[in-house]
Amino acid sequence: MYCYDEYDQKIIDERVAQYRDQVCRRLANELTETEFLPLRLQNGLYMQVHGYMLRIAVPYGLISSRQMRMFAHIARKYDRGYGHFTTRQNIQFNWLKLEETPDILADLASVQMHAIQTSGNCIRNITSDEFAGVAQDEVVDPRPYAEILRQWSTFHPEFAYLPRKFKIAISGGREDRAAILAHDIGISATKNAQGEIGFRILVGGGLGRTPIVGSEICEFLPWQHLLTYVESILRIYNQFGRRDNKYKARIKILVKALGIDEFRRLVEEDWADLKDGPGTLTAEEVDRVASFFIDPEYEKLPDHNSKLNEFKADNRNFSNWMSRNVIAHRVPGYAIVVLSLKKPGNAPGDATDAQMDAIADLADRYSFGEMRITHKQNIVFADVKQSNLIDLWQEITRQELASPNIGLLTDMISCPGAEFCTLANARSIPLAKLIAERFENIDFQHDIGEITLNISGCMNACGQNHIGNIGVTGVEKKNHEEWYQVSIGGAEGNDCAMGKILGPSLTFYQVPEAIDRILQVYLRERIDEGERFIDTVHRIGHKPFKDYVYATDFEEESVKNDRDDMSVMPAQYAVPFYSPRF
Amino acid sequence: MMIIKNKILVEDDWQVLRLNDQETPENVVVAAGKVIVPLKVWLAQRDGLKQRDDLGVWFASDERSEELKEDVRKFQIIAVDFPKFSDGRGYSIAFNLRARLGFTGELRAIGDVLRDQLFYMQRVGFDAFAPRPDRDIHDALKGFEDFSEVYQTSFDKKLPLFRRAQRKGKSSVEVVNG
Ligand code: SF4
Repeated sequence: MYCYDEYDQKIIDERVAQYRDQVCRRLANELTETEFLPLRLQNGLYMQVHGYMLRIAVPYGLISSRQMRMFAHIARKYDRGYGHFTTRQNIQFNWLKLEETPDILADLASVQMHAIQTSGNCIRNITSDEFAGVAQDEVVDPRPYAEILRQWSTFHPEFAYLPRKFKIAISGGREDRAAILAHDIGISATKNAQGEIGFRILVGGGLGRTPIVGSEICEFLPWQHLLTYVESILRIYNQFGRRDNKYKARIKILVKALGIDEFRRLVEEDWADLKDGPGTLTAEEVDRVASFFIDPEYEKLPDHNSKLNEFKADNRNFSNWMSRNVIAHRVPGYAIVVLSLKKPGNAPGDATDAQMDAIADLADRYSFGEMRITHKQNIVFADVKQSNLIDLWQEITRQELASPNIGLLTDMISCPGAEFCTLANARSIPLAKLIAERFENIDFQHDIGEITLNISGCMNACGQNHIGNIGVTGVEKKNHEEWYQVSIGGAEGNDCAMGKILGPSLTFYQVPEAIDRILQVYLRERIDEGERFIDTVHRIGHKPFKDYVYATDFEEESVKNDRDDMSVMPAQYAVPFYSPRF
Repeated sequence: MMIIKNKILVEDDWQVLRLNDQETPENVVVAAGKVIVPLKVWLAQRDGLKQRDDLGVWFASDERSEELKEDVRKFQIIAVDFPKFSDGRGYSIAFNLRARLGFTGELRAIGDVLRDQLFYMQRVGFDAFAPRPDRDIHDALKGFEDFSEVYQTSFDKKLPLFRRAQRKGKSSVEVVNG
């Protein structure tokens, strides 16, 4: 992975000093809270009532064991012993003291990490494919370009106070695993007929209140022009994006208002001045950055391991895990392993300090000391020898990281929701837990097969509800009851689509029942086990699902019983913590 | 009034004309002496004002540098107003005035101008700053020193770091992982 040279280190160290001074001035009241707010936000720090939440950047999700150990250290020393991995491949700590945050940043800088631009109206952490470099369908390794974009966007002087936050994702496989269609700028690294590298550039995608799939602004941009072209997009957005209404300030609204053709015209007019100028990438620089991403020293290994098959035959859990959590690697004898942070009953994406330490040790032993955070809030070991899979599985089983549910129903995405977030209409994590408990039976989940279930506590859609095959969104709280909308038909990847709302909103306790009914329709209607849930929705449409879900009343009795069940804690609305959206 | 110019404090006697509710760009009377007038006033009264050589013009954040076009060369001073420091349009206005329209005179940031934005402002082409009067202007000077190195091009750095410096690839950096 990328390692800092003295320039990178200097910039990060100077940031720590700058931020330390800003915190001092805030504590001495030389800065008002209004003035401090955007400064701390550009450093990923959100205010809560009882403390601060810090979001730390994991550039394009890639992290070393040393860095993971630092997270464990931070969780222990400054927090309450756990951290939360997010859908943008970052990590958040929830219980920090403002005075201590400069020390945390200094600790992070010692392992080449930072929290720069992890929130605020600026260019956020660049996200990418969690299988970059090892996926079988990879056309171009996106990591060097992601790093180049990281450096370019870090402290960009012109784009620190944009109308709204700005998210860039880049992927380089045939299948998009970085949700590039749902980003402000989505970049697909590819090759033309001559084998030259270039980028397909999409603009104006996004979720939130107005979910929109990105539009193509450039079909093939030769690699040299990546930074200047992106700069022109940002400059047009910075000047023309709406600033009068926070909900209409994202670039997607501008692109929609102007139309993609007019937007492209403006961008290309601006770009005409920059094209081939000094901002143009050089082969030396791309090679230099790419040198950090060359293959680790793979051994020559056979692609089959008879021991695995024997063990699989004897061990149901292991074979389930192999079928869901282990993915083919492009190098014979190796495998990609996904560690699940979705053990039913746990908050999706949370890991304790002990787990983080263990993960770091295992990465050292089994995967060249590196790992990736996924946008589904799991952790990937990208380079595991197949002959080590049994040992690794046993180790992570002890750490409760081996739930064989990757891509299945309980591999849910959930935003923090009402217990943590001031903007929430409803709880997310307890609902995720309730659903996970109801459908915990792993055979049932394997029978249902591939499906995505995404939960957000409000319209802001941090839980990416729109692109879940099933999406759940908290819409209001009324008469001591939380109400949710359920949608189906959303998808990410190459077939990115926004889900459609099924019908009237449902209460907290009705949602799991509604999901149950949706799944019953699927099981009844699917042609065979090979037809995924999303395919069935496409084939038969929403109506059969809607009809069945709302055909009969939701049982009042069961609602009452459930409500007495104290395993689901009531929401603590009186304690707003942070607002991840700002 | 004191302002910051080329990173030092200087006494300054330019007046910034801001219209009140009764005034319009057409009817406002531009006083004699060194005045920085709103772009709208310049555009409305151009014929009457174009003989004067003691005028500057300032941009509101929702105006674009292109609106001044060739006139840009007439002025020894142009200002850009930041109604709120979080309104970042002024950065692109400044960049465009410098890089696109070739303005070489004094480019001044006015309005909600604070220490923590100065580093970025000087990068996009501002060389003069009128910090908010309720703040210590000496303190504001420190804002220029936040960083000694930057990655990307802007008006101040014509070359990005990768064209200016011999940077290290994997074989020569100390690998700290593991
Ligand atoms: S703002 Fe985001 S995190 Fe908060 S409830 Fe809404 S979707 Fe969830």
